[in-house]
Amino acid sequence: MKEARSISGLRILAIMAKEFTQLTRDRLTYAMILAVPIMQLLLFGYAINNDPRHLPAVLLDQDRSVMSRSAAEAIRNTGYFAFVKEVNSPREIDEAIESGKAQFAVTIPGDFERRVVRGDGAQILVEADASDPTTVGGAVAALAGLPQTALQGDLKGALATRQPAPGGAQAAGAAPFEMVIHRRYNPENITAYNIVPGLLGIVLSMTLVMMTSLALTRERERGTMETLLATPVEPLEVMLGKLAPYVGIGLVQTAIILTLARLLFGVPFMGGWGALSIGVALFIVGSLSLGFFFSTLARSQLQAMQMSVFYLLPSLLLSGFMFPFRGMPAWAQAIGQVIPVTHFLRIVRGALLKGVGLSETWPSVLALAAFVLVVGALSVARYRTTLD
Amino acid sequence: MAAAIDVHGLNKSFGDKHVVQDVSLTVEEGRVTGFLGPNGSGKTTTMRMVCGLLQPDSGSGTCLGYDILTESRQIKRHTGYMTQKFSLYEDLTIAENLLFVARIYGMDRRAERVDKALEGLGLTGRRDQLAGTLSGGWKQRLALAAAVLHEPKLLLLDEPTAGVDPKARREFWDEIHRLAGEGLTVMVSTHYMDEAERCHDIAYIAYGRLIARGTVAELIDQSGLTTFRGEGPGADRLGEALQGRPGVEMAAPFGAAMHVSGSDRAALEATLRTCSSI
Ligand SMILES: Nc1ncnc2c1ncn2[C@@H]1O[C@H](COP(=O)(O)OP(=O)(O)OP(=O)(O)O)[C@@H](O)[C@H]1O
Ligand SMILES: [Mg+2]
Repeated sequence: MKEARSISGLRILAIMAKEFTQLTRDRLTYAMILAVPIMQLLLFGYAINNDPRHLPAVLLDQDRSVMSRSAAEAIRNTGYFAFVKEVNSPREIDEAIESGKAQFAVTIPGDFERRVVRGDGAQILVEADASDPTTVGGAVAALAGLPQTALQGDLKGALATRQPAPGGAQAAGAAPFEMVIHRRYNPENITAYNIVPGLLGIVLSMTLVMMTSLALTRERERGTMETLLATPVEPLEVMLGKLAPYVGIGLVQTAIILTLARLLFGVPFMGGWGALSIGVALFIVGSLSLGFFFSTLARSQLQAMQMSVFYLLPSLLLSGFMFPFRGMPAWAQAIGQVIPVTHFLRIVRGALLKGVGLSETWPSVLALAAFVLVVGALSVARYRTTLD
Repeated sequence: MAAAIDVHGLNKSFGDKHVVQDVSLTVEEGRVTGFLGPNGSGKTTTMRMVCGLLQPDSGSGTCLGYDILTESRQIKRHTGYMTQKFSLYEDLTIAENLLFVARIYGMDRRAERVDKALEGLGLTGRRDQLAGTLSGGWKQRLALAAAVLHEPKLLLLDEPTAGVDPKARREFWDEIHRLAGEGLTVMVSTHYMDEAERCHDIAYIAYGRLIARGTVAELIDQSGLTTFRGEGPGADRLGEALQGRPGVEMAAPFGAAMHVSGSDRAALEATLRTCSSI
């Protein structure tokens, strides 16, 4: 038998005002809110390099010839490219890259074989989503020597003259075709472009999860939880009231990081503002709810901190922030998929570096929304209105 | 007269420690009831179960007419609970703490009520002082003011005068009686025997069992409790040594003296004889 519950705006306000006042009395927290984003931004100026393989690629083979197939096979054999789909139009290529389904798109023009046979500057176009430059580096390097050897099997008999002598340095110019690499989004290959937007996700998780993970444990340790529980306040009111002031903090940090990203690192802001705003809002609320959930579980502030750190590690390592997501083994990617930072990074990078909006990043937005709902519900369910 | 608290067979264990055992208790409206018992006897735990802060393992009852198992929200709305340890926000000012309480109980005319409470406390001039910087006695007075700000019908005070000087204690009790005079039911736990004498009723709990109940006079008559009074240098510091010995159900300092009580007179005497050599 449950009593009728009603949510009171006044009680939420009471908690909110109290939390906000306490926050303003806590200088250390103030310092942390400002210092952490700046410090992290400077610390992570350099990226960690990595050499992922089997990156998803789409193939547009307009030639459909023996040679075009050999060339595609040779590209696959480098080990860096995994053709996930064969497409039929450049439009499909754009779609695959914008949505992140493919990191590369290989286009073999319709006159490929003809030009190889004629020795008339045959080309293969490789477009790379270089918003994450560490991912692309190794793959692009592997393509460099490919034209020399790719068509070895086809260039026989009368065509043997098109095949350069093996190993000859001067033969480079005589390769039967040319690879044209086209880096999209981040043509200058600047790692900071990739790291800095990612840092937004890391800084927000770090500070917001940690701060709210102390929300209840601090009250419990100071003994004030007893007073709070002796009042008729509802779990949801406590949660909303306690989290609200931190939403403001999250927004301030977002502003700091984005401003510095622009001023210090010249990170492009391509657009996708709608997706970015919704992503930031969901991510802030999600991180806060997670912290609050931790604080319903933890018995002490120390435990709450440990839980936050435990959460931060995979957020740093498996979200695609430090190491390219595609470079990770399948199990790590599976874990990464359930970490909100992963989805937040996709939204932020998509918006800032590619200018893509909700129409492309909606799966990540949905994932974040689901996370908010699940964690919020868990927190309210876990919150005890007694001291038991 | 209606009962403000009416509970039966309350039990509570923490782990395998059975802390409150079959406690049944009735407190009539408008009475000041003293809740006595040695450390760890289950006073705080019982009070928490009465006001909905702890779920009893078994037992039932009502508080202010509301079921303690299912209507704790209503109970909380009409009960003022002053915790044993100061549990207002030390990093909020005096006025902010009171305002917080007024808001959380959804009071109207909040600023006015806070001002009035400050005035009653004589803290109007220090309203912007952080609560954490108050001295022990003032903290207790502030906590009491906060506990009655929402005009509760029942007031549960858990050792409100621990560590408070004698003058402040007297004033505190005057205030309790003034509130009781306004119709408030008060239950107050204490270790001080002299405070027991200022209560209308006494409930005495030891080792989780309620062992005596009644007015002070009744209790002395019928409890079968024998109390020895020991005086002399250091007598008031013997409490810990005596606690838990055979026959000793309670040992409490009373001024410079030590009061030792137990229901088994022979065992108590035997213990005291061996102890007198300490
Ligand atoms: N949350 C808890 N978890 C475990 N044990 C507890 C808990 N709360 C109380 N206890 C134990 O229950 C027993 C009774 O505690 P309680 O606080 O009710 O006693 P008390 O009569 O109020 O004592 P005191 O006079 O020291 O305040 C003690 O032994 C205490 O250690
Ligand atoms: Mg106690």
